[in-house]
Parts: sequence; structure tokens; C-alpha cells
Amino acid sequence: MNLMKANPKLVTTLLSLFTLLFLAGCDNIKQESVFTEGLIYCSEGAPTTFNPQLVTSGTTIDATSKQLYNRLLDFDNDDFSKIPALAKSWHVTTDGKIITFYLRKDVPFHQTDYFTPTRYMNADDVLFSFNRILDENHPFHASAGGKFPFFKGVNFAQVVNRLEKVDEHTIRFVLNYPDSAFLANLAAPFSVILSAEYGQQILDYNDSNRLNELDNSPIGTGPFKFKEFRNHAVLRFTKHDDYWRQEVEIEQLIFNISPSNTGRLTKLLTHECDVISYPIAPEIIINREDLILEEVTSFNVAFLAFNTQRAPFDNFLVRKAIAHAINREAIISAVYFDQAEIADSLLPQASWGFTDSIPRLPFDIERAKALLNDAGLSEGFSFDLWAMPVQRAYNPNALKMAKLIKADLAQVGIEVNIITYEWSTFLRRLARSEHQSVLIGWSADHPDPDNFFSPLLSCNSIETGRNRAFWCHPEFDDLLSSALLTTDTDKRRDLYIEAQHILAKNIPLFPIAHSKRSQAKQAQISGSILTPFGGISFEDVKKEAVKQ
Amino acid sequence: MLYFTLRRLYLLSFTLLMLSIVSFSLSYLFPGDIIVNLSGITNPTLEQRIELNALYKMDDSVFHQYFAYIKQVVNGNLGISMFNNAPIVDEMNTYLPATIELCVTALFIATIFGVTLGFIAAIFHNKWIDKIILAFAMIGYSIPAFWLALILIVIFSILLSWFPSSGQINLLFDVKEVTSFIFIDIWFSDIDDKWLAFQDALRHIFLPAITVAVTPMTIFIRLSRTSMLNVLDSNYIKAARAKGLSNVKIIYHHGIRNALVQIIRQMGMHFAHLVSVVMIAEVVFDWQGIGSWLINSIFQRDYTAIQGGLIAMATFTFLINIFADILYVTLNPIERYKRHGA
Repeated sequence: MNLMKANPKLVTTLLSLFTLLFLAGCDNIKQESVFTEGLIYCSEGAPTTFNPQLVTSGTTIDATSKQLYNRLLDFDNDDFSKIPALAKSWHVTTDGKIITFYLRKDVPFHQTDYFTPTRYMNADDVLFSFNRILDENHPFHASAGGKFPFFKGVNFAQVVNRLEKVDEHTIRFVLNYPDSAFLANLAAPFSVILSAEYGQQILDYNDSNRLNELDNSPIGTGPFKFKEFRNHAVLRFTKHDDYWRQEVEIEQLIFNISPSNTGRLTKLLTHECDVISYPIAPEIIINREDLILEEVTSFNVAFLAFNTQRAPFDNFLVRKAIAHAINREAIISAVYFDQAEIADSLLPQASWGFTDSIPRLPFDIERAKALLNDAGLSEGFSFDLWAMPVQRAYNPNALKMAKLIKADLAQVGIEVNIITYEWSTFLRRLARSEHQSVLIGWSADHPDPDNFFSPLLSCNSIETGRNRAFWCHPEFDDLLSSALLTTDTDKRRDLYIEAQHILAKNIPLFPIAHSKRSQAKQAQISGSILTPFGGISFEDVKKEAVKQ
Repeated sequence: MLYFTLRRLYLLSFTLLMLSIVSFSLSYLFPGDIIVNLSGITNPTLEQRIELNALYKMDDSVFHQYFAYIKQVVNGNLGISMFNNAPIVDEMNTYLPATIELCVTALFIATIFGVTLGFIAAIFHNKWIDKIILAFAMIGYSIPAFWLALILIVIFSILLSWFPSSGQINLLFDVKEVTSFIFIDIWFSDIDDKWLAFQDALRHIFLPAITVAVTPMTIFIRLSRTSMLNVLDSNYIKAARAKGLSNVKIIYHHGIRNALVQIIRQMGMHFAHLVSVVMIAEVVFDWQGIGSWLINSIFQRDYTAIQGGLIAMATFTFLINIFADILYVTLNPIERYKRHGA
């Protein structure tokens, strides 16, 4: 065909059209204020509610507790001591049964398009927040299904006799018996202060279907206020202009829910995320100048919980055999990249209740086989191992851990079926005791050792579904309650050590590791986001413009 | 023309009928309670159960149940999501537009580049440029979409930082969701930097659109090349040349127009393929569309969502197909009088 000569013109036109189209996409975006005033945090999961009172899940706490709310008191990040927050001071009587809080007078609640406060925070709000948990006839008690897992786990309703409003800014907790962990529980991320006025506004709608707005459209006193939660993917907060503690530097705080580990890392590398939770590949981040890897020692433990109410794990011998057949050293290096240590007990070494008198269960295939033989299961058996689908500080990759365990147990003739669900489904089914065993863990809410035992293994916590082993041991329970009645730290330590020995003898759950919590961020982000307890905080975070 | 349209609509209704039967029987085939699978209400109370039984005529025969189900579907009730209790129809309204946006952009890129490259290849038939374009088409056709997506992210997002790797827009732009079409939403939003947001959205759609566009583009290259070659070889072109028309005029007036007609029809046919690639691209690029939503629903064993997603995706694909067919016969009268549409 003889067309070539005639169409150089056509070709140039087409080629320039291509170039034009290509360039349209790559316009360099200028640094504008919209990019520096907001911060994008890429988190590993979506919150299930916006009220920390209702949950124990770390993901939900991260997104809500220190962003939207404040507590009466807080923990100091360095020495774990209790410091004033909404209460400017407090007083405990010598018998430990009456605690009086003197509240700040200058604390405004959030103003949003669904609520406009007319007064500052006062004693009524504290009453409202805790009566909701204590009083079964409170309208907002039922709206949460009566489920306040943390408070249930620490026996809050049994400990507290009543709350008294002394005056507008003084509130008194009267306890039935002294509880040495009580103040620590009030400083935990769950003990947030809600607005009584907002509660009243919702009651005035006179529509029982709208009662859950208290938890789903939150109002608090925290550094950020809720804007929107879209498609389970994007959570938007805006700055609380009149925040009482300090001026908040960032205008917008956005949680981008990115469950994929590699996806989060990619978004960090491409600067789409300012901060990411639980980064993988730490060596890549350390090697880049524009990124910072941060770590904080947090009080946590990863464990394998056996459902002790279901066969075959109602048999202690089987539990012990499995504990011997799991190679924890391999897990520490493969799953935690050596950023963790083997757990012999639930308590990490930094806790004052820690003891080194508990013998380590060694990795010993022969002993495991012998134990299985004693249990009459020398033929082997198969069981379901649930692996949580999200990354937590205590377990960055439960699925990988489950696969390692599966390989270990295959050596003693046990077949493992690994099961996982989307996180909220997973938790719901766990609480219903549908599992045989589960790989999960615990991040402490406060430094008191009680927090590792009562919420996880007390008979009470079976009801809340947080006792993943569904294990109830009366003697163990008694030890926990007497430890709470004592204020003498030495005595308490002895009791907790004894409790840990009971655990080591019964193995309702098999502790695997204590890990560090890490996150990665862009170098221009400053401020302390990670805290040792109770989730992250963006209160004092700043973002500087990128130098280009 | 009317006859043709009616025939197509008949085909559509028949396909939808089959589809609805499949979707309905899924409620029986999925594990668990049928009424839960149909309505999506997990753990219904006794009153809810009675109400649902009446709604879906559970006490009648399967045929009645089927028609009760169809009635609900036609009325826009696809049940609620088992995962977050949101009505499935609302979920579709949120996610489908993003997918359509991506499909249309990808199809646009594929057509513009595919057709032009194909024509160039035909015009330079058997020259080196033809061979390069054909080789490119072959490579593009053979690359798996997910792999291409990852490579694009590694090169253009991580190494070069030209394009973002996920999402539809930088989240710092607070664009209100009105239509769920991001470009339209930006237009109607009240943010200050609309132009900046628009550019940002454009940068976000670039990599996923390229990923989706590559396969149809390579198909279009080969199609347009073949059809242009056919046209250029036909008698009326020879006649035109004999008349003394210049080459540019021949190609522009006769070649391109006649070749394009064939391509429009193929576009509709390849749309189904496009949709499956879109689903992959959405997952890799974290694009909040119906594809990633559907895949998530599968992970969460959200049966109502899977059923609803199936109906929505299939209907969408059929409608595009039929639209392309009708467009084709509008442009090509010869086709209208063929007895059997193929």
C-alpha cells in the first residue's frame, strides 16, 4: 500500500495527542496548605463503635479513646504514674473506700452539626458516664446491650457502691471495698467522660432506635471531634478548636483503614500515609531518610487460648502436649523479627508482679508425644485454630504464626485447620465460644498487674466473652480478688505470683510472646503518637511542610 | 430498528430471568437459614421472622417463593448486608459509581490508544512500525493484570513518586459524597481547591485505569488494524483512489469511519472481560468500587451482598452489551435486518 508518503501529518497529530494525554496526568501538584494541615493515619482495622466504654479491641481504642475523649486522670508516659486530666486533683480516704475528684471548670465539649453544648463539663457528665455502666435502669445501659466488657472484667459494678455529686465540680466514688486497681481503671482508655447534655438531647428525640447515637455519633472533650466514617474505609476527625489542654496543631485527622500489611507499607513509601500502624519490613524504613520507625515497650502478651469447655482441650494433658510441641523461638524470629521475647507468664518483665520462678515449658516433641499418649490421643487428632485477621502489637501476623504452629504440631501427628474471619465477625464468634482454640493476645490498659488477669481469665470475664479460654478456676479467682483488696504492694505481688503458678499448672492459655509496638511515620511529623498504654494519641502532633 | 431493539430487550429479560433464578437458588445453596440468606438479617427476632416469612412467602411452594423474591428485587429490596446491616442497594449506590468511573476511563484510554495504534499499524502495514505495535499488543495481552498493577505501583508510585498507589483522591480533600462519582462530587463540593482536587483525582485514577485499559487496548489494536486493512482493501476505497482522492482524505472519510463501526460492537463484547479486570485492579489499588466490595463480601461470607453484587454486576454488563449492540446497528443499517442477533 502506498499511503506512507501522505501521512506524516496524520502521524504527528496522533503522536502529539498521545503526549498531551500522558502529560495531563502528571501535572506536579504544588504544596498547598490542604496537604500540611491534615494528617493521614493508616490503621490496620476499622473501629466497631465510637465509644470505648463498649469494647476492649485495641483498634477501636486507637481510633477513639484519646482522640475524641478524656478521662478523669491519665498515666504519665514515662514513669506510669497517674496524672490529672479532667480531674485536677483527687483524694482517697485512708480506708481506700471513698475517692473524691475535683473537676476542672474550663472543659468544653465538642460542637458538631448534631450537637451544640451550652455548658462546660461538670459533675453531671461524670455521673452520666459512669451511671450508664452501673445503673441497669439507665436508658443508655440497655442501648449498649448492657455490655461494658472492660468494666465487667474489673468487677466495676461490685466495687462501686454509688457515685455522689458533692457540688458542680466535685464528684465522689463510694466503694463497697477498697480496690487497689480502681484509680488505674479510671485512667484506662475505656473510662471516658461523655456529655450528659448530649445524652439528654438524644432522650428528647423519644425514639428508642436513636439511643445508639450516643455511641455512633460521639461527643467528647478530646482534641478531635468526629466528622464522618465512610464505607468502613475512611474515618475523618476535625480539630476541636477549644480543646482545654493545649492548642491542637493539625486541622484534620484522617484514619485510612488499610488492613493489608504491604498496602500500608506501600502507602508509607509513596507518602500517601503520614503515619502507619504496625509496619512490616522495618529494615527498609530505617534505611530511608524521609521515614522514621518508632517503637515503644508496651505491656502486652500474645497467647494461644484453648477453649477449655470443649474437647479435646478440656483435657489438661492435651493442652500441655501442645505447649511442648510449639517452637516459640522460631515464632519469635519469623513472626516478630526478634522484636519480642518468649513469654513464660502473662505478665511482661517490666511489670512489678513479674516472677522468674515459673519454669519455661521447653520445646520437646518427645514429651509432647508422651503426654498425648497419656491422654489416649496417640493416634493424633485434628482441631481448629483460629488466627486473628488483624495485626496487633502483640501479634503482627497471626496467620503466619498459625502456619508455623501447624507445621510444629504435624510432627506430633496433630492436624491443624487454620480458620480466620473478618475481624468484627471473628470477635463476635469468639465471644460465642464457637472456637476450639485461638491465637490472640492482650494489650494492657494500665500498668497494674490485675489488668492481665481479671479481664482475661476471671470467671466474670467468661460472660463478657473476653475469657477466650472459657476457663473458670475458683482458687485463681479468689487470689485475684484478695489481691485487689490489699493495698500493700508486697502482699499483692505474692498473690499474683501464686496466681501465675496456678496458670502455669493449668495452661488454659499458652503465652507465646511479649512484643514491642511499632509504627512508622514521615520525618516531618513530630510529637508522641505511641503511648505505652491505651492506644495512640494525636494531641500534640505537628506536621511540617515538605522541603522540596 | 424497533424490531431489533425489542429482540435485544427480549434477550435481556431472558438472561435476567436466568440470572435471578441462579441468584435465588444461591439462598438455598449457601449454608445456613434460607430466610437469613435472603434478607441478610442475622439472628432475626420471632416477629421479624414471621414478617420475613410472609414477605418471602416461605410457607408456599418454591415458585411462589421465587416470585416473592423477584418482587422484592424489583422493588429495590436486595436485603441488608450481613456484615454491617446496611441495605445492599445503598451499598451499590455507594460503590458502583466508582467502578463505572474506572471502567469508563479505562475504556476511553483503551479506545483512543488502541484504535489509533491499530490504524497506524494498518496504514503502515508490514512496516517496522506495524511490527512494533503488534509486538506491543501481544505483550500487553499476555501480561496478567494483577502483575501489571504491582509493577506500575513499584515503578510509578514507589520509585518515581509520580502517581499515588491507592484510593480515588487524597483523603485530605474533604469531598462530600453526593453521586459517588468522584469527579462530579468534586465539581459540586464546597472545597476551596477544586482544581487541585481534580488534578489529584486524575493522578489517582491514572494507574488503575492504565491497568484495566491494557488488555482491551491490545484487543482494540488488533481489531482496528484488521478492520482497517479490510476496509483499505475494499472496492470502494479503490474507487475513491481512482477518483483521485488524497490518501489522508481516503483514510479520514472512508477508512476510519467504516472501521470504527466494527470496533464499537467489539467494545460491548469485551466489556465483560473489562469488568473482571476492574475487580482485580480495584483490590490492588484499594479503589472503593463494587469489585473490591464484592471480594470483601466473599471474605466476610456476606451472602446477601454476594447475591446482590452478582445481580448488579451482571445487569450492568448486559446493559452495556446491549447498548453497544444498539449503537452498532444504528451506525450499520445492514445489521438491522439479520434474522438472528448473534
